[in-house]
This record gives sequence, C-alpha cells and structure tokens, in this order.
Amino acid sequence: MQLKPETKTKIKALLERYPQRQATLLPVLHLVQEDFGYLSDEVEELVAKELDIPRAAVSEVVTFYTMFYREPIGKYHIMACHNLSCTLMGAEKLIQHLEHRLGVKSKAPLGETTEDRRFTLTRVECLGACGEAPMMQINDKYHLNLTIEKIDKILEELP
Amino acid sequence: MEKKLLTKYWHDPNHKMLDGYLKNGGYTAIKKALGMEPDAVIEEAKQSKLRGRGGAGFPAGMKWSFIPKKTDKPKYVVCNADESEPGTFKDREIIHKDPHSLIEGIAICAWAVQSHTAFIYIRGEFTEEAKMLERAIQEAYDHGYLGKGICGTAFDLELILHRGAGAYICGEETGMLESLEGKKGQPRNKPPFPATEGLFQCPTVINNVETLAVMPWIVLNGGAEYAKLGTPDSTGTKLVGISGPVKRPGVYEIEMGMPLMTFINELAGGMIEGKTLGAVIPGGSSTPPLTPAQCEQAKISYESLDKLGSALGTAGIIVLPDDFSVIEAMTVIARFYADESCGQCTPCREGTGWLYKTMKRIYAGKGAAQDLQMLSHISAGMKGRTICALADAAAWPMEGFLRTFPEAFQKAVTPKQAR
Ligand SMILES: Cc1cc2nc3c(=O)[nH]c(=O)nc-3n(C[C@H](O)[C@H](O)[C@H](O)COP(=O)(O)O)c2cc1C
Ligand code: SF4
Ligand code: FES
Repeated sequence: MQLKPETKTKIKALLERYPQRQATLLPVLHLVQEDFGYLSDEVEELVAKELDIPRAAVSEVVTFYTMFYREPIGKYHIMACHNLSCTLMGAEKLIQHLEHRLGVKSKAPLGETTEDRRFTLTRVECLGACGEAPMMQINDKYHLNLTIEKIDKILEELP
Repeated sequence: MEKKLLTKYWHDPNHKMLDGYLKNGGYTAIKKALGMEPDAVIEEAKQSKLRGRGGAGFPAGMKWSFIPKKTDKPKYVVCNADESEPGTFKDREIIHKDPHSLIEGIAICAWAVQSHTAFIYIRGEFTEEAKMLERAIQEAYDHGYLGKGICGTAFDLELILHRGAGAYICGEETGMLESLEGKKGQPRNKPPFPATEGLFQCPTVINNVETLAVMPWIVLNGGAEYAKLGTPDSTGTKLVGISGPVKRPGVYEIEMGMPLMTFINELAGGMIEGKTLGAVIPGGSSTPPLTPAQCEQAKISYESLDKLGSALGTAGIIVLPDDFSVIEAMTVIARFYADESCGQCTPCREGTGWLYKTMKRIYAGKGAAQDLQMLSHISAGMKGRTICALADAAAWPMEGFLRTFPEAFQKAVTPKQAR
C-alpha cells in the first residue's frame, strides 16, 4: 500500500506552507482519508513515515477526532443532529424514522452501517445550523429544515 | 429594528465575491489601517470597547495590546471559526455572506500586532464553508490583499485555512492551538497565556470570526463611533441567532441593549401557531435559562443577562415552548458536555458524566429526591477547578435549570402515584 502520488505532492505543498511538520497532520489525515475511506493501521504508518513523526503521534490524533474513521463506513454517512434546537424541532422523530427505514441503530460517535454498506447512521451534536433545524449532514452536505418527506426524497435521489 | 453595520450588504449576492465586496467599499479599511501606526489601530480597537464575540466577552483591543512588541519570535493570529456551542450559528452566516470582511479583519489584526502568519481554524464539519473561504482567500491572494507586500506596502501576510476534525473542545482557544499543532485538542494550563506563549510557543492572538469581521467597520468609522452604539458595557451591535419554534428563526444584527422580547416577537416573528413561550436560553447551551417573566425584563446585553443570573454568551438564543420538558432539555445539554469533555481534569470528566447519568435517570422517571441535591453538589464542585471552562459551561446550565424550574425537577423525582 502506498500514498497516491497526487496526495504526496499535496502533502509536500502543505509542509512548505506550515511553520512546523506536525502541524500539517490534520490536513494530511483529511487528504489521506479521502483517498482510502478510512484510516487503517497501515495508513497511519504511511502518514507517520511521510511526515517523519512518531506513529503514536498519528494514532493519538486519529482516535481523538470523530471525523477520522478507524474502520470502513457506508457510502453515505448520515450525521443527524440531536442537540437541543434540532430536538425541539423534531429531530428524534426523524432519527427514529431513519432507523426504521434503514434497519440500523443510530449511535454516537459512530453509528451502525447497513448490510449493503450504503448508509451509516450517526448521531452528532450541534452542527452550527440551528436556525434551520432539524438538520442532518450527509457526507459533506448539510440538509436543512427537514421533514420525514424531505429526508425520504433526499435518500431516494442519492446516486 | 435591525442595525446593520456588519450585515449592511448581505442582501447583495455579489458581496461574497471580491468584485462585489470591492464595489461595496471593501478593503478600504485595511488600506487605511496600513497607513496608521500599528499602535493606533490597537487604540481604535480599544476605544470601540468591542468585547470578544466567541462567548467570554474579553475586550478585543486589550487582548491585542498584550502581544509583546519586542520579541525575536514570530507572532500569530488565529481566527476561531470552530462554532460549536449548541445554539450558535452566526459565524457560519458570516462565512456564507461576507467572507472578505473576515479576511480583511484578520489583516487588520495582523497589522496591529505585527504578525505575518494567520490561521483560520474552521470546524471540520463546515466543508462547504471551508470551500467558500478557500475561494475568497484565493481571490484575496490573487489581488494582493494577502501574500507578499499586501496592498502595495512592504507588509507580508500569509493566511492559512486549517480544518478541524470533529471535537467541540477545539473551540477552547488553547485546545485549538494544540489541534493546530497537530495534536489532540486538549486545553493547556494557563499561564502561560497565548499572548506570550501560544501557537508553537510564540505570541498569539485568538479571536472569534465575528470579532474580526467587525474590525473593518471600526477602523473606517473609528472606535469612538462604534462605542456610541449599544450600552456602556455592551457597545456596538451584535449578531444574534435564534432557533426553536419561532416564526422566523435566523441571525439578525441588532444594537446591543434591545429588549429580548422585542427581538423574539418582532424580528423572529414570535412563537409559531399553537406554541407558547416556556423558557429561553439566551446565549448558547451553557447559559442558564430564563423564565417568560425574566424574559420580559431582559435586554440583549452582557450586563442585563448577567443581572438575571444568565449570560450573553454567544448570543445564540434557544426558545423552548412550554410543552417541551425542561428535564429533557437539560438531559440533552448534560449529554453534550459529558460527551465533549476531553477528560484531562477529574472534576470535569467525572462531574459531566454524573450530571448526565443522573439527568438521564430523572428523565426516565427513575429519579429520587436526593438526586436533586446531588446535582447541585456535583455542579458546585466542578466550577473554577479545571484547566478550561468546559466544566463551568456544563455546571452553569445545570444550576440554572435547578434554580429556575424547581417545581419541574421536584415533580420529576416524585413517584407517579404521589404526584
Ligand atoms: C469549551 C469551550 C468552547 C469554546 N468554543 C468556542 C467556539 O466554538 N468559537 C469561539 O469563537 N470561541 C469559543 N470559545 C471561546 C474561546 O476559548 C476564546 O475565548 C475565543 O475564541 C476568543 O475570541 P474572542 O475574544 O474574539 O471572543 C470556547 C471556550 C470554551 C471554554
Ligand atoms: S475542563 Fe474538561 S474539557 Fe477542559 S481541559 Fe479539563 S477535562 Fe478537558
Ligand atoms: S442543534 Fe442541531 S444544528 Fe445546532
């Protein structure tokens, strides 16, 4: 297993930009996770080598942040906000509906994945869009002012 | 009703692009600042009496003046775009509608403290917002507002956008510095303070997005003009967010000191049909709730909300209807802080865990009378004893809910047959 050449080029550019090597770790992990889908032991090792920092420094960071995955997840990661403003606007009903529809249990910090590996259903805390509650994030995109009908439509239209 | 300094051009869809921003007078403030002595810029910030908009309310000009003038070390400016205090969504609006005001504000701050490298630390989930900022930063580089010799002067400024990766605690300023250094986001012991030993052990200013984005106005119009607005302790305007079952949730810019009920009823349109006001959390989930009667007296200012036993915090108002259980609300809040404690300090790690466990039990109808004393006791033991303020941020709403809604808590721990 190897890092992609384009990724290596991007890492080099980051190393030139940042005042210190280890400071590039979060951006590098984001890049690498995009390539591999998750951060396995092997990938952590590659990152440590590339940045010339101890492997333990990489593992520590990967486990601390919820957006870094230690295992493969579904093609679509549904992150349903269950903090207060979303709860007030009916988030729990939406989440129950999704659990039912997808046949998985929602959990934090990482929920269950459907058998076909299409969806992972995670509960997350406030995503900073409370004025448009209830809301969910699917991969990179925010979906706002949700209703059961809207979320059904969104799921049906996903490629 | 609204008082638009920062949001004046937000109706203009081109304002987020450099062209539109320039047409609306953008980047004239940084040019003006670059023609002033750095200390004179700090003086304007001081005169404005602007208090940091990230929640703690520390005077921005004073913070800048703590950065040592004579030092061999590089200095850094870090913009806090972590926006993760529940109920808060104003910085996201600034990024969507006015990214160049933020970049210009960062440049003003960098000039004032003579820093040549700045970072924007944006929460990892804000992927679309990161792209928007990346585009605006590139535009600014392409037109000489960032990079080598900005605005044709000899002043260099690099601005790096840095994405977080999902951890509320990275909003705390020293947790953020650790995270920027590529480590776990665990807050640091203070002192030393970031002003002398911040990022990479160098002098560092950390300011919230809104604090920086309003700086161009202050430089252009003068700190004294800004201080004329609002109240003596809460000068200027404030972006106030409102969520919950109101007719027009969203972010509004108002002059400080507006009565809370005017804001809720007139700007946010009041409660949606069929809902009645039950309680208001005025400034993000760590601020204690207000009863409807308290809301009638409250003004949107630091001093008014302090006096009522709450706080302005981030000015993220959460409106609870009277048919929503305050026990459930507090359980959600307790869960949040328990999940987000970084675990370094025993009173925080254990305390937030106990508050959540106990609230969950009470919410499930399995609480006992002594649980209420325990909740107060645990909260008291969490305050002022930890590395960062997360423990306090968890204890305040707990104490606030107990104090404000004693009957609801009493009822919740009374066996059903006895009610
Ligand atoms: C637990 C915790 C979370 C915080 N989260 C944020 C945040 O998301 N955004 C923010 O600007 N400030 C946050 N702060 C406040 C920062 O530590 C810091 O005071 C602020 O960024 C300084 O900027 P200002 O003076 O412009 O407000 C948080 C503080 C604590 C204790
Ligand atoms: S108070 Fe809590 S969040 Fe803050 S450093 Fe201590 S354990 Fe971490
Ligand atoms: S509570 Fe859901 S986005 Fe803030």
